[in-house]
Amino acid sequence: MTLSSTARSALVAAVLGAATATMLAAVVLPVRAQNAAPAGAVSIDNFTFNPTPLTVKAGTTVTWTNKDDIPHGIASSTNAFPKSRALDTDQSFSFTFTTPGTYQYFCYVHPHMVGTIVVEASTGSNATQ
Amino acid sequence: MSDSDREDGVSRRKVLECMTWAGTGVLWTIAGGVPHSLGIVGEAQAAEETKGLTFLQLSDSHVGFDKPANPNALGTLEEAVAKVNALAKKPAFAIHTGDISHLSLESQFDDADRVISQTRLDVHYVPGEHDFLDPDMKFYRERYGRGTKGSGWYSFDANGVHFIGLNNVVDLKAGGLGNLGADQIEWLEDDVKGRSASTPIVVFGHIPLWTVYPEWGWGTSDGAQALSYLKRFGSVTVLNGHIHQVMQKVEGNITFHTARSTAFPQPAPGTAPSPGPMKVPDEQLRTMLGITNVTFKQNEQRLAIIDSPLKG
Repeated sequence: MTLSSTARSALVAAVLGAATATMLAAVVLPVRAQNAAPAGAVSIDNFTFNPTPLTVKAGTTVTWTNKDDIPHGIASSTNAFPKSRALDTDQSFSFTFTTPGTYQYFCYVHPHMVGTIVVEASTGSNATQ
Repeated sequence: MSDSDREDGVSRRKVLECMTWAGTGVLWTIAGGVPHSLGIVGEAQAAEETKGLTFLQLSDSHVGFDKPANPNALGTLEEAVAKVNALAKKPAFAIHTGDISHLSLESQFDDADRVISQTRLDVHYVPGEHDFLDPDMKFYRERYGRGTKGSGWYSFDANGVHFIGLNNVVDLKAGGLGNLGADQIEWLEDDVKGRSASTPIVVFGHIPLWTVYPEWGWGTSDGAQALSYLKRFGSVTVLNGHIHQVMQKVEGNITFHTARSTAFPQPAPGTAPSPGPMKVPDEQLRTMLGITNVTFKQNEQRLAIIDSPLKG
């Protein structure tokens, strides 16, 4: 297989361009994320919380979304946050964790379903406040 | 003598043989103080041998459920009720072992009441966890809880049999199973105190009182304690729902049964990633809700469950 010099140069440029764009995105996106409220997501599938544990920075709003055909409900095991209403399929519940700590929770409809949110202090180079 | 007397003198009260029932409703009779299932509602045999008290068990109607496993749970409840109404002998009353509604919406309770009332039977309800999902947890209690204790437990007598309705679906604890709670257990102890040991007892509640499969929450954490107050009775029958399939077990003088749902089937323990609604081919759904034959071999502690589809 032969490739003309011009074509090769164009290909190299394209690859470099793509790589540069990727690097730029890698640099830019976290900055953009810091400008928006940090978010965490827990999916409820097959009567399990995914992921668990979920580790987030303080100030993060965690949203649970029920992907099952059966309703679930979120409740703190230690009453650290208010319980959700019953979540039907595709319904969500959100809570913003402002205080670092480990939060155990469970499904109040099916209490064998348990999960954990770990909230870390929002310190370090990425701190926004 | 009846067939049950033929078995042997030691444990005839422990054995219910050739039990047959279905998701559409279970017809029970009390003969000689021992509850016997007469078979599936709609089956010819259910119309026979109906001496003594007969009663019906409905369970897990999940009115409002409309997901792929059964897009019309109200429709299958209507079909079940039509079969009840076609019975040659009308049952004395019915029990409903919970999950009347799917999401505890008033409209779902309205629909369930409208359909179930067409049986013209007195229905004794206990709640499922799906009946306590409204934010104030009040709709179930307003409709069905009058005259009950605590979150909805009670007892009554019929034809010499003492019936006990329990609620094991509220105040559930993280990581746990169904739960009765100290108040209800204390009430149960008082309720049976002083009753003759020869009084047949029927206990009904939503979540199985015996441990079926804790990995899926199928059991009651303090169920064993509750049942300890019933050990002195000669005949105890425990009827539950929740798991949408038939299971049966005999332990000492206590016979445990779970009923099928009128709404959708659930998988056998451990056979699926979760206990969620089991989607079966459309033409199979009513077969899944139709008939299950359960045969108990005497002196055998293990379940012997044989599915016998209504068709095919």
